Amino acid sequence: MAVRKSAQKSNISAEELTKYYREMLLIRRFEEKAGQLYGMGLIGGFCHLYIGQEAVVVGLEAAAEEGDKRVTSYRDHGHMLACGMDPDGVMAELTGREGGYSKGKGGSMHMFSKEKHFYGGHGIVGAQVPLGAGLAFADKYLENGRVTFTYFGDGAANQGQVYETYNMAQLWDLPVVFVIENNQYAMGTSVKRSTKSPALWKRGEAYGIAGEEVDGMNVLAVKEAGERAVAHCRAGKGPYILEVKTYRYRGHSMSDPAKYRTREEVQKMREERDPIEQIREMLLTGKHATEEDLKAIDKDIKDIVNKSAEFAKTSPEPALDELWTDIYA
Amino acid sequence: MATEILMPALSPTMEEGTLAKWLVKEGDTVSSGDILAEIETDKATMEFEAVDEGIIGKILIDEGSEGVKVNTPIAVLLEEGESYDASAVSVPAASEEAAPAGAPAAPAAAAAAAAPETAPEVDESPDYPEGTELVTQTVREALRDAMAEEMRGDQNVFVMGEEVAEYEGAYKITQGLLDEFGAKRVIDTPITEHGFAGIATGAAFGGLRPIVEFMTFNFAMQAIDHIINSAAKTLYMSGGQMGAPMVFRGPNGAAARVGAQHSQDYAAWYMQIPGLKVAMPYSAADAKGLLKSAIRDNNPVIFLENEILYGKSFEVPKLDDYTVPFGKAKIWRKGDDVTIVSFGIGMTYALDAAEKLAADGINAEVIDLRTLRPMDLPTVIKSVMKTNRLVTVEEGWPQGSVGSYIASEVMQQAFDYLDAPVITCTGKDVPMPYAANLEKHALITTDEVIEAVKQVTYR
Ligand SMILES: Cc1ncc(C[n+]2csc(CCOP(=O)(O)OP(=O)(O)O)c2C)c(N)n1
Ligand SMILES: [Mg+2]
Repeated sequence: MAVRKSAQKSNISAEELTKYYREMLLIRRFEEKAGQLYGMGLIGGFCHLYIGQEAVVVGLEAAAEEGDKRVTSYRDHGHMLACGMDPDGVMAELTGREGGYSKGKGGSMHMFSKEKHFYGGHGIVGAQVPLGAGLAFADKYLENGRVTFTYFGDGAANQGQVYETYNMAQLWDLPVVFVIENNQYAMGTSVKRSTKSPALWKRGEAYGIAGEEVDGMNVLAVKEAGERAVAHCRAGKGPYILEVKTYRYRGHSMSDPAKYRTREEVQKMREERDPIEQIREMLLTGKHATEEDLKAIDKDIKDIVNKSAEFAKTSPEPALDELWTDIYA
Repeated sequence: MATEILMPALSPTMEEGTLAKWLVKEGDTVSSGDILAEIETDKATMEFEAVDEGIIGKILIDEGSEGVKVNTPIAVLLEEGESYDASAVSVPAASEEAAPAGAPAAPAAAAAAAAPETAPEVDESPDYPEGTELVTQTVREALRDAMAEEMRGDQNVFVMGEEVAEYEGAYKITQGLLDEFGAKRVIDTPITEHGFAGIATGAAFGGLRPIVEFMTFNFAMQAIDHIINSAAKTLYMSGGQMGAPMVFRGPNGAAARVGAQHSQDYAAWYMQIPGLKVAMPYSAADAKGLLKSAIRDNNPVIFLENEILYGKSFEVPKLDDYTVPFGKAKIWRKGDDVTIVSFGIGMTYALDAAEKLAADGINAEVIDLRTLRPMDLPTVIKSVMKTNRLVTVEEGWPQGSVGSYIASEVMQQAFDYLDAPVITCTGKDVPMPYAANLEKHALITTDEVIEAVKQVTYR
């Protein structure tokens, strides 16, 4: 399948644009707040922010239906917010509190929500890929028509288990969308330094899997591609690969000095390609919204995020008994 | 409202750092994402970004300052139209709530129990009622029947693995299953252990009850990440929301003349993992009853079979639904002089030794643990309180063996009852050799078990 150009700007309703704007802004503000709480020592360990990549999950969630599943890596806050999980519960998990989605026992990298069909939050690079195909295996077995979005990074794309999974997913026609979030770096290693085959989606061709590259800074392009992928899976044609070209603005995790790229590179992305700014532009120039409308949204989002931070600070630490629970079902 | 900008912690361990350079000056307008300063720790120099927008009202710590403690105010951010007033700064929530909690309560202290007055409570009920009709079956047939019965009972149980369907199993354990249940539920995989263990674990998250057959457990090392990190830990990491009800099964331990890569016992490896259950049956009846329990269990179960035992026949109760609970050892032979504890194929040496020792007038009590996690230590301790002597038997390596765990528990819980040091009989501390004579030496032998018993009974 050919590489497609960015989505058309035609006939998108103000309502839809506003929705994407809101959802992406929620992720950005939430992540900024998480970074701040980390700096205050309220969040510990590894904390991987999603800033810059917001259009990927927001676009794909727009292509999903109720009951569809998603699974991803440790860079998971955006995925959770986009699928409708409660910001309070996510933030409280980051601070390791009782009110967190995993009662404080999972942390930033390991969160789940059965209710929202979010299957983690996995800390081992690439492990979520066969797990996602397994979720799709279950859906096919149960004949429930669901699709699983399996997200992984450009670095993870070099894991052997990804290709073991491609092979079986295609062999068994599993309804899984493999979403490669190519943010161009795996920690400090750029794609150029990790492979001579940088068109990651094309690697699926070896297994007969259809796929395409997508502009991941454009939420509308992501959504359109997502719809093609989902239609393919739901029609029983097996898996589909989306290589979504995106960019993370922040370091790999909070403790990344980011010496492997220039400040200018990051700045250029922010200024020219920012996914939220693009939609903001469209809203304003298309006269779908006024500055005041957007300010009101900004304020609303800020309140939600502040509330989540407040909850995450005041929710108590888990009771010591929790150490011994949830080991066996 | 003015807010303080605090010295950030840029890594999990950072307590203080050097404020190397300011990239803004007083009066500058900043928005979120702008780089404010460079901070140096012993490990790296990092950029510090603004989170809120505003005007830098006052810089409180000069660049070049060393040893600036995390959370010290380093600057003040003002809103438009505000001016700096040192007294009016709002203090953002400090991190006192984040103070670590006291050390968790450790499980019941062991020392106090070193001399229990009464024997621990033990479930001594028989596995099946007296008078139950028995049929002779091989371990192989018993395992097959267990899977078939459970697959009839639950549509969501399926088997996957290499050669399990059309070939009917590399060791013919899945004989007849494809015929009865079809290709949807008896699934041949490519040779891709890491991948299919992950897919099966995902399927378990998604509501199915997979049985994963490894052609042998040697190959499961390629899949061990999913077994431990994905299957065993998810229930805990999700705060109880989801787990992996599934079975990983296949032959484990030394086969015959296949060399080092195809001969090793993983009992002690898997036994260590919280979140996993581990069964290692010896008899056909236990193979059947435990496998049925394993398939129904809501946790990931490691089910360690043995190639050499597959063809061995035992009596199996003829019952519609025969299950054996986890965590209940079986006493194969009663005795007063010494306790021999084993499991899986180790039982052949233990029983053989006990038989020969009886001829010498030493009556050994022989206990088959059957499951290693949970492990029925009360049965072992109760027996040691009677015999005052303990020998453990297994094929695995000595360092970090199952026996060394049992020995340490018995020492901690029943020290005063021991009249001799515990001896752990294990395989030799070497990779498995190919040559027939060397291979025999590498494994545990009946003679070594007899020798160990004589040592602890001072004969
Ligand atoms: C198996 C494994 N190896 C190494 C790591 C350490 N590690 C964590 S994230 C990461 C980089 C992954 O990069 P990518 O897949 O591109 O995802 P991104 O962080 O860019 O979202 C590495 C090497 C790990 N968690 N798991
Ligand atoms: Mg990456």
